[in-house]
Amino acid sequence: MTLLALILVPAAAALAAWWLSPAARSRLLLVAAAGHAALTALLWSRGSTVTLGGWLAADSLGMVVLTLVTVLFLAVSHYAVGYLAHPEARAGRAFVSCMLAFLAAATLVATSQHLALLWIGMETTTLAVAPLVLDRSDRRSLEAVWKYLVLSSVGVAFALLGVFLLATAQPSAGAGRPLIISDMMAHARKLDAAWLRMAFVFVAVGFGTKMGLAPMHSWKPDTYGQAPGLVAGLMAGALTSCAFLGLSRVSAIAFAAGQDAFVRPVLIVLGVVSLVIATAFIVGQRDVRRLLAYSSVEHMGLLALGIGIGGGAAYGSLLHVLNNGLIKGVTFLAVGNVVLAHGTSASSEVRGLLRTTPATGALLIIGLFAVTGAPPFGLFISEFAIVRGAFAENHPWIGGIVLLLLATIFVGIAAMILEMVYGEPDPAPVRAPRSGERTWFSVAPAALACLVLMLGLYIPAPLAEVLSRAAVLLGGHAP
Amino acid sequence: MDSLTQLLLFLVVLTDFAVLGTSRVSACIRAAAFQGLLLGVLPPVLHASASLHNLALAAGTIAVKAIVLPAFLRWAIREATIRREVEPLIGYLTSLLLGVAGLALAFAVTSVLPSTGASSDLLIPAALVTVIIGLIVLITRTKAVTQVVGYLMLENGIYMFGLTQAERVPWLVEIGVLLDVFVGVFIMGIVVFHINREFDSMSSARLTDLRE
Repeated sequence: MTLLALILVPAAAALAAWWLSPAARSRLLLVAAAGHAALTALLWSRGSTVTLGGWLAADSLGMVVLTLVTVLFLAVSHYAVGYLAHPEARAGRAFVSCMLAFLAAATLVATSQHLALLWIGMETTTLAVAPLVLDRSDRRSLEAVWKYLVLSSVGVAFALLGVFLLATAQPSAGAGRPLIISDMMAHARKLDAAWLRMAFVFVAVGFGTKMGLAPMHSWKPDTYGQAPGLVAGLMAGALTSCAFLGLSRVSAIAFAAGQDAFVRPVLIVLGVVSLVIATAFIVGQRDVRRLLAYSSVEHMGLLALGIGIGGGAAYGSLLHVLNNGLIKGVTFLAVGNVVLAHGTSASSEVRGLLRTTPATGALLIIGLFAVTGAPPFGLFISEFAIVRGAFAENHPWIGGIVLLLLATIFVGIAAMILEMVYGEPDPAPVRAPRSGERTWFSVAPAALACLVLMLGLYIPAPLAEVLSRAAVLLGGHAP
Repeated sequence: MDSLTQLLLFLVVLTDFAVLGTSRVSACIRAAAFQGLLLGVLPPVLHASASLHNLALAAGTIAVKAIVLPAFLRWAIREATIRREVEPLIGYLTSLLLGVAGLALAFAVTSVLPSTGASSDLLIPAALVTVIIGLIVLITRTKAVTQVVGYLMLENGIYMFGLTQAERVPWLVEIGVLLDVFVGVFIMGIVVFHINREFDSMSSARLTDLRE
């Protein structure tokens, strides 16, 4: 019941929001997000029963993503209340409805145990986000939303073909119910190897496009560069994590079927190529939102790399899902503040944030160190686990290359952010935030930053246990 | 029944090539609509049964892919006064030759893969070639509305592949997939409409402001 409520509450709220007044819509958004978070907390404390004949369940892998989605969404909703009241906000009537529809779809992805149902959720997340990016009066946002729609739709269509190929790989008798993940895992040895490999390739390309793994990442900088900060934060934090979940579910099935020798190199290559491309475009980048988009390509690469390497790196990958999602909330919301105040995200036109908007400047500094994996933040722990896994699993070259790329990325991101925060402020008057907005615009990212810091210093025992169990599903182990 | 299935699949492949070879947007949309109709008829014929499941699926497919979406796309090009030519990046002859290569590839791939027990051995190659030609249309046509037609064909191919597994995939899933395609094309159509109003032409080749 809890699982159904988790999906139906935001879905119903999405419908209701359409008919409400703007002020009531904001309130409903916050209430629905809080309700969703409370239901997720209930799942953590009581556990869940399998729902709809095994189609919905909250297993360890799903719980990691569900928890991230609910926490990030709650923070973003709080921010959205301030954003929707801002005169510069680009938000039509459907904005809140689309956000809530996205929450419902993402929850469906996280809890679905049927691969086709998971696909339906994934496609719905794509479609729910598109109107959030679209701003009709602006050519650039039209271009961004078109690239996003076409590339994501084709990617997700490939993933659907992959799901059908998986169904073909499953013999019709004695191999459990079709496309139910637990049954496929239990009878994985009976899957036909040729169809399974073909399925994996299509799923990797399809969900890889949605994650924004290079070389299928080209929609990412354009879309994140044009979407409002909170939408980009939701996409980079939650949407990509849902796609990662889809990829890791199918990877887990392939591992269980003994296809390691085929699957691991594919994931490792996708991961390393993403890191290389991200590094190349981060160094010398001139727009902070595009910089963050390439940083997202980098982190998606790390996620794929982690499950590709396996062992302790798989645990690192899962922890990184949480860390990356939360920090993307911090950075994109902070940059959203910059764009609202300055009307641009070109780094050359933004200087001296620490003096003009101190809260946002401080958040950007924290975001800079956290997102590049500096201690004591959570990303340090998860990236360390992935790199250590690479050395432990006999991939010393990959470990070395990743360390080098991460160091270069740190220099590239630091060069831009530090100049924006500490440089001499532009003498031209900056639109001062109205009183009261300051709290709306800084509470949520600050709270997310605290969570990232906490994950660097202390991982609660129940969370560590769920992460370990999920790592075992992915053929890895706790570090 | 079997010869009817073969005929339907042959017609599906022909409509693929019709889209590749035509120079008019409206003809592309008409061909895609006809393909949607064929796809709707396919499940009852393929499984030689008029069960409720098959009939409901057929009705839903025809309504969405043969009637509503083509009508919507026609509305979009009429309202936005799009010029009628397709404007391909490569010539029509090259497109057709690529399509033939795709057809050969589809048969080659099918012969390598193990048998699925599908009721017609033409089904999988026809599905794959529809996917490939859909991709060719998506990549080589500059007009946004033609790209939507390419996406529809890509989805049609995947749907046909799904028919090999139709008895095992519950119809809740089929409805969900159909609904997603419907909403997807609908949103694309709205974006196409706005792109045209903003750019005075539906060419996605003009969408080049965002570059590194």
